[in-house]
Amino acid sequence: MRVNLTVNGRPMTADDVWEGESLLYVLRERLGLPGAKNACEQGECGSCTVYLDGTPVCACLVAAGQAEGRDVVTVEGLATSGGGPDAGLSDVQRAFVDAGAVQCGFCTPGLVVQAHALLADAEGVPRDADIREALAGNLCRCTGYEKILDAVRLAAARRAGADSGFRT
Amino acid sequence: MDFLRPRTWAEALALKAGRPEATPLQGGTDVMVEINLDKGRPAALLDLTPIPELREWSREGVEIRVGAGVTYSRLIAELGTELPGLAQASRTVGSPQIRNRGTVAGNLGAASPAGDSHPPLLACGAVVEAESVRGTRLIPIGEFYTGVKRNALAPDELIRAVRVPAATGPQYFSKIGTRNAMVIAVCSFAVALHPSGRRVGTGIGSAAPTPRHAPRAEDFASGELDWDGRRPLDPGVARRFGELVAASAAPIDDVRGRAAYRTHALAVMARRALGWAWDDFRGNS
Ligand SMILES: Cc1cc2nc3c(=O)[nH]c(=O)nc-3n(C[C@H](O)[C@H](O)[C@H](O)COP(=O)(O)OP(=O)(O)OC[C@H]3O[C@@H](n4cnc5c(N)ncnc54)[C@H](O)[C@@H]3O)c2cc1C
Ligand code: FES
Ligand code: FES
Repeated sequence: MRVNLTVNGRPMTADDVWEGESLLYVLRERLGLPGAKNACEQGECGSCTVYLDGTPVCACLVAAGQAEGRDVVTVEGLATSGGGPDAGLSDVQRAFVDAGAVQCGFCTPGLVVQAHALLADAEGVPRDADIREALAGNLCRCTGYEKILDAVRLAAARRAGADSGFRT
Repeated sequence: MDFLRPRTWAEALALKAGRPEATPLQGGTDVMVEINLDKGRPAALLDLTPIPELREWSREGVEIRVGAGVTYSRLIAELGTELPGLAQASRTVGSPQIRNRGTVAGNLGAASPAGDSHPPLLACGAVVEAESVRGTRLIPIGEFYTGVKRNALAPDELIRAVRVPAATGPQYFSKIGTRNAMVIAVCSFAVALHPSGRRVGTGIGSAAPTPRHAPRAEDFASGELDWDGRRPLDPGVARRFGELVAASAAPIDDVRGRAAYRTHALAVMARRALGWAWDDFRGNS
């Protein structure tokens, strides 16, 4: 079947899509967007997190046909939309780099999208409990999470214009 | 495999009548896992997400009618006051990404004994609104679960909504798991106080082939509680309530826990949950 959808602001079409295929497969294998990662295909790891009509979801659990006519934003779409002085990186991505929150990087795209969603809704720097809750569906096998929490706090503090006292 | 995309509810019912073997697809958090892991390949997927009215909830008399497409995230954000037990249970489901897609209707469709929405639905006396081209059937929640991962839906029926009486008293949900997120219940328990009828409702999860009530515990507590004077809960009554809840379960040993542990944990959860609910009731007098 054919699926038409908007990805990162651009209308796209995928052909010969199998009816049981996931949105994740369409993004990675048919539309050339390998940012969202495929690790578990069962909703457990969050490495495939993308925005679907503005809501973060596991792309591996969305049937391709369910994305027909809908609006998808992947981690690739955040890089340009964030702007700022840092050569196209969004502020959340910049904070992940600065805080040392990236090791192998496999979990990073999903965490960046989920952290982006958290900060879009948060006022000021979110409480640790809220950060942990927001990121509870994203697994990282490398960092031990502390630097990831640092990255989220750093991004939030910079948005609030109060990053001077922050140490990583 | 066919991918069926009805635009309207009437079209969905007609498609299901013509293709009773088609698998309804809502949030996909159960269905897509099965397909991805090749645990079964449906003959057809019937995508219900395009149908706008399924995403709505409404107040109808004393009931809240929750459309089949209302996600856990929306239930938590929008119905925490009217349906506190179901909202608490929803908060414990999976992760934010899962709650952004998963629905109570999907939980009912899957009918896993461990599904988190079932105990509060039982404790509140919910009714499942099933519909087919033949008409609408209101199935009391206690008759909905017919076996392990089996429910009372006919092959041509779809869940249109679940009708849950709005809370008239405190409600609590309690769940045992190995971490605070992304966990299938080892066992779970819900309690709801219905002060106008002087009744206590209960629901047990993950400790029997199906989710179920604890009828003897309900009768016992309903009779013992001091609904008029609102005296503090007698510790002996609370303990006995816990024992009767545990006695209503029929747990097994499995990878998540042993039967003996489940029985013990249920008694503890039930005793505590009744205490929290009763304290709230007394405080709000
Ligand atoms: C990582 C992960 C964590 C999870 N954690 C939990 C948890 O903590 N607690 C919990 O209870 N569950 C959990 N689940 C299971 C799942 O999220 C829930 O069962 C959820 O409620 C399913 O809803 P859905 O809309 O995604 O259903 P779907 O996957 O779309 O459907 C599930 C079943 O219901 C049927 N169905 C769907 N809609 C209808 C309808 N309108 N009429 C008739 N049948 C219908 C489908 O055919 C299918 O059989 C988890 C799943 C994942 C992947
Ligand atoms: S690949 Fe989707 S959650 Fe792991
Ligand atoms: S950095 Fe390797 S999994 Fe997170």
